[in-house]
Amino acid sequence: MEPSITRRVLMTGTAGSLVLRPGSGHADDTTPAATVGAAEQADATNTVLHVNGGPVTLTIEPRTSLLDALREHAGLMGTKKGCDRGACGACTVHIDGRRVLSCLTLAARCQGKAITTIEGLAGSDELHPVQAAFLHHDGFQCGYCTPGQIMSAAALIQEGHTGSDGEIREWMSGNICRCGAYPNIVAAIRDAMQEG
Amino acid sequence: MQAFSLLQPGSADAALAAARAPGTKYIAGGTDLMQLMKDNVEAPTRLVDLDGVGLSGIEIAGGGLRLEAMARMSDVAAHPAVREGWPVIAEALLASASPQVRNMGTIGGNLLQRTRCGYFRDTGFACNKREPGSGCPAIRGESRMLAILGGSDSCIATHASDLAVALMALDATLELRSADGGTRQVPIGEFYRLPGDTPQTETVLAPGEMIAAVTVADSPAARRSHYLKVRDRASFEFALVSAAVAVETSGGAVQDIRVAAGGVGARPWRLAEVEAALGGAALDDAVLRDAAARAGTDARTTRQNQFKVTLLRRTVLRALQTVSV
Repeated sequence: MEPSITRRVLMTGTAGSLVLRPGSGHADDTTPAATVGAAEQADATNTVLHVNGGPVTLTIEPRTSLLDALREHAGLMGTKKGCDRGACGACTVHIDGRRVLSCLTLAARCQGKAITTIEGLAGSDELHPVQAAFLHHDGFQCGYCTPGQIMSAAALIQEGHTGSDGEIREWMSGNICRCGAYPNIVAAIRDAMQEG
Repeated sequence: MQAFSLLQPGSADAALAAARAPGTKYIAGGTDLMQLMKDNVEAPTRLVDLDGVGLSGIEIAGGGLRLEAMARMSDVAAHPAVREGWPVIAEALLASASPQVRNMGTIGGNLLQRTRCGYFRDTGFACNKREPGSGCPAIRGESRMLAILGGSDSCIATHASDLAVALMALDATLELRSADGGTRQVPIGEFYRLPGDTPQTETVLAPGEMIAAVTVADSPAARRSHYLKVRDRASFEFALVSAAVAVETSGGAVQDIRVAAGGVGARPWRLAEVEAALGGAALDDAVLRDAAARAGTDARTTRQNQFKVTLLRRTVLRALQTVSV
């Protein structure tokens, strides 16, 4: 029998970085906002982020992007790095309920804010309606852009930009799919919106 | 990205004081600065985070609109009073970047974004804007996206902001604050500098000075305004050419006309020659065509961007036709 090792476990194990998952870190009851002061941060510092409903303590430098903090320090690999320049949308997460690009966000500026990634979108073991709709409509091929597409789509439905397929396309324009699964992505969003 | 220290002040005064130190930059939405830092085009040793300084209001008061510098692009674009009273602003913002970027980007930061010229953003090339005196490979190189108005032998970079074009058409005023506590009002038409032989100096901002707010007067023309952006793809792309227009008529004749263009100028460009042809005129199609044909007569083009002259005239015409209906 093959050893039970997944790509994700392998990558986490070889990343060589401190891995603290939500709930397993130096959780305390102080509000993260209390740590944001006028103090100047220069070196790697313990930083508390609120990710998917729980505090995570990470040792990060001021220059660490939220994307790298999530993937390489918090072990949350669902958020993807595409262009790392804000042009592709693969790294889309929600901060305080709004969709943003984690590659262009400094993690140190996120203290006191509620961060939601694809891992926390559903909030349970059930699929989020948008996740289910992407499965049903085959809204992907290689799947690399999919977490960002789904995070963006979930926000788009909340924003109410679902009046027509054209409107959905315009408001999904920040998420590029190299495979070209756009028709199925639009169908999935239309479906999730009607069910939601 | 080079290492830097991060300061998170709780007030604009504290931020202004902190920005006096050499090597310091403000960071607002970060959508442009983060790209520039990742590519080593910018390498500040210290960032002053503006998230904690407030300055995020969108206010309608005293017969005008006041947008504080940290107001997010998406919030301004969605504001019902902005859409009603200054549609060209809302339309320019919605034509900018992507929904995610608009949720992050701020009004002040948008006005201070750097050019998208590929040579500026690649440290493997010379660039007079990034490294004064090193030369401009764009003039004989990849210049399709670059300026046909206001460029110089040193630089033909375009200014990429859509919002700035709308604000040019509306004669907006920028409220600038400096560390000594002073505030000054600068018309947007005097804010951006032409490249000349110092393309590295893009605005009249003094070191450490910040944009605190943008104010725009209420007017009949502002209520009848429009932004049209022509680009290589339908969305999430910088302008090849854009036009911001605003018009007021009385008894069928033009009382007030504003025409500005983006994607063509070294700075957001006001088309005074088009406006002059329309003053007092009736908004019939022949008049609009004649006026639009006057745009860009003084253009200085390269082989790659000469198409922009015709595209500018057609874009201006379409925008004028849209507000004339």
